[in-house]
Amino acid sequence: MDKKNASILIVDDEIIVRESMKNWLEEEGYLVFVAENGDEALSVLGKKEFDLVFLDIKMPGIDGIEVLKKIKSIYPFIDVVMMTAYASIGSAVEAMKIGAYDYLTKPFDPEYLSMLVKKIISHRSLEKENVKLKERLESALKQVHIVGESDGIKKVLKAVEDVAPTDVSVLITGESGTGKEMVARAIHYSSLRRFEPLVVVSCGSLPEGLIESELFGYERGAFTGALYKKKGKFEAANGGTLFLDEIGELTPKMQVDLLRVLQEKEICRIGSNKTMKVDFRVISATNRDLKKMVEEKTFREDLFYRLNVYNIHIPPLRERKEDIPLLVEHFIKQLKRRMGKEIEGITPQALKKLMKYPWPGNVRELENAVERAFVVAHGKLITTEDFSFLGDRNPELEIPSGISLSELEKIHIEKVLEECDYNISQAAKILDIDRTTLYNKMKKYDISKK
Amino acid sequence: MTFLKNEKKIILSLVDAPKSYVDGEIAEKISVFFKRKVLIDFISIPLEKFLNPIRDQYNSTEILKYFIFNHPIENEDKNCLIVRKDLFIPILTFVFGEAHLNGNYCIVSTHRLCERFYKRVPDTKIFRKRLLKEIVHELGHTFGLTHCINDLCVMHNSFTIEDTDRKKEYFCEECFSELDDLL
Ligand SMILES: [Zn+2]
Ligand SMILES: [Zn+2]
Repeated sequence: MDKKNASILIVDDEIIVRESMKNWLEEEGYLVFVAENGDEALSVLGKKEFDLVFLDIKMPGIDGIEVLKKIKSIYPFIDVVMMTAYASIGSAVEAMKIGAYDYLTKPFDPEYLSMLVKKIISHRSLEKENVKLKERLESALKQVHIVGESDGIKKVLKAVEDVAPTDVSVLITGESGTGKEMVARAIHYSSLRRFEPLVVVSCGSLPEGLIESELFGYERGAFTGALYKKKGKFEAANGGTLFLDEIGELTPKMQVDLLRVLQEKEICRIGSNKTMKVDFRVISATNRDLKKMVEEKTFREDLFYRLNVYNIHIPPLRERKEDIPLLVEHFIKQLKRRMGKEIEGITPQALKKLMKYPWPGNVRELENAVERAFVVAHGKLITTEDFSFLGDRNPELEIPSGISLSELEKIHIEKVLEECDYNISQAAKILDIDRTTLYNKMKKYDISKK
Repeated sequence: MTFLKNEKKIILSLVDAPKSYVDGEIAEKISVFFKRKVLIDFISIPLEKFLNPIRDQYNSTEILKYFIFNHPIENEDKNCLIVRKDLFIPILTFVFGEAHLNGNYCIVSTHRLCERFYKRVPDTKIFRKRLLKEIVHELGHTFGLTHCINDLCVMHNSFTIEDTDRKKEYFCEECFSELDDLL
């Protein structure tokens, strides 16, 4: 079921509660109806189908517990969440026995409310989900810039499609800037866990002393400076997906700790002796050679196998240059609407330049370059000049050694011709020779337009 | 700019807050995103009336009601109130802001957007970035957008300041095309 088709009924005698809660749940995208007492609630329930009812325990007339009993006997499949003031916890417990899904003490923590509703609604709709999975995958991929038609990227797409609906651990490998986090996001947003949180942990950027408290959380007073209790990342990812970026940077101690959490699916906040169950899917990513690190004993083998149940390798951009035009078009489209600037596209010459560039920073570097050029561009099309900042590092200018002067001349003439799209006058100008000489040399070296 | 032909405006109404909060880049970006002219206005609201002394917070639903009653808006302008007080709605512990879905009014609090609230050194750049995101988010609701599950999208719901910092100030593909149809 689509979130937008989920309908919720709020039953409370206080108008301000009904209004503010309706408004808030509508912002979340649900269809919301209200009733101010038990009688009205039962009559509304008779007219329309509902997925979820929020029911105040203390109401004048029939009280919440009685309404709950009636709902559960007539519509046993509707989930009911009781709302209570702190003073009436006793009746809340009674309500749970009768079959309420949960109870909330006013005022609610907004994050808890949001998660609770998502959980109830998404669990109600699991069967219908699978059908739409593929559709959602496509839109998820587009949103995260996984664009292209090369064999390399097609393989990645197929892998994401295969692995998203399962719950297995995925290790994403690839050079920096290839979009590893984007692939992780695509997997999460097209998985059944997508209504639950996606928690990103960048293992490389956490300072040694902080990593444990970040991941496990802590109780108030667990150490100096722990003024409040804090949820750790493991706990925050409960129900959803934990994305561990730069996993190769994990310290030996954290490798042990992480392995234990993955095996036992249990955590304990620092300063607490209470363990709690956690359930999340793990996706990790690295630009390092983990296998080699295992051989060198800097990465635990058992952890490696636990993380690498399924491997997705993203090829560097230089190995899928044919995707550059599509990527550029995608970025320009996005920039256009973000910046409101009327730019239609890119000149063929500029695109050629981008195709030739080696992109050591991969898709991220390409995105930054297009953005930079977009900002400075004056005309309707982005030109080679707008990319002048890329100019200096063209490795194809490097001259191979052990080459004769005439071979070098041939290579150079070919290169210039290609840059000018075989416009003879233009090429002759750059080479500083006249057109006849150029023609003769082309004949001599057997150069023609490819 | 051709897209500014739209007669309807977006009004950023500052309540006890300086113009520097929203002028320049923030106002410009909002204008581009929603294809409307942006006006900055200063208004006074007796906020003490809406203080809940036990919670030491201000009731945003009531503030909006008061504002609408006293400042009826002409020709469907969208109005965003910007206040510096901590806001709540009766059912929740706090909110960064509140909006009328498909309506013309919303409110944003800067209280939890400042680094000072988190006991860190105030940083104007970070503050303005957060404020932009929250204003765009609430205005997005007034245009009919609901929360988005993509945590990089401006329409993703923020429960913590980390959520706000993670998301971008603009819309994801899906929300954008939805907004485009609604504008
Ligand atoms: Zn919102
Ligand atoms: Zn979105």
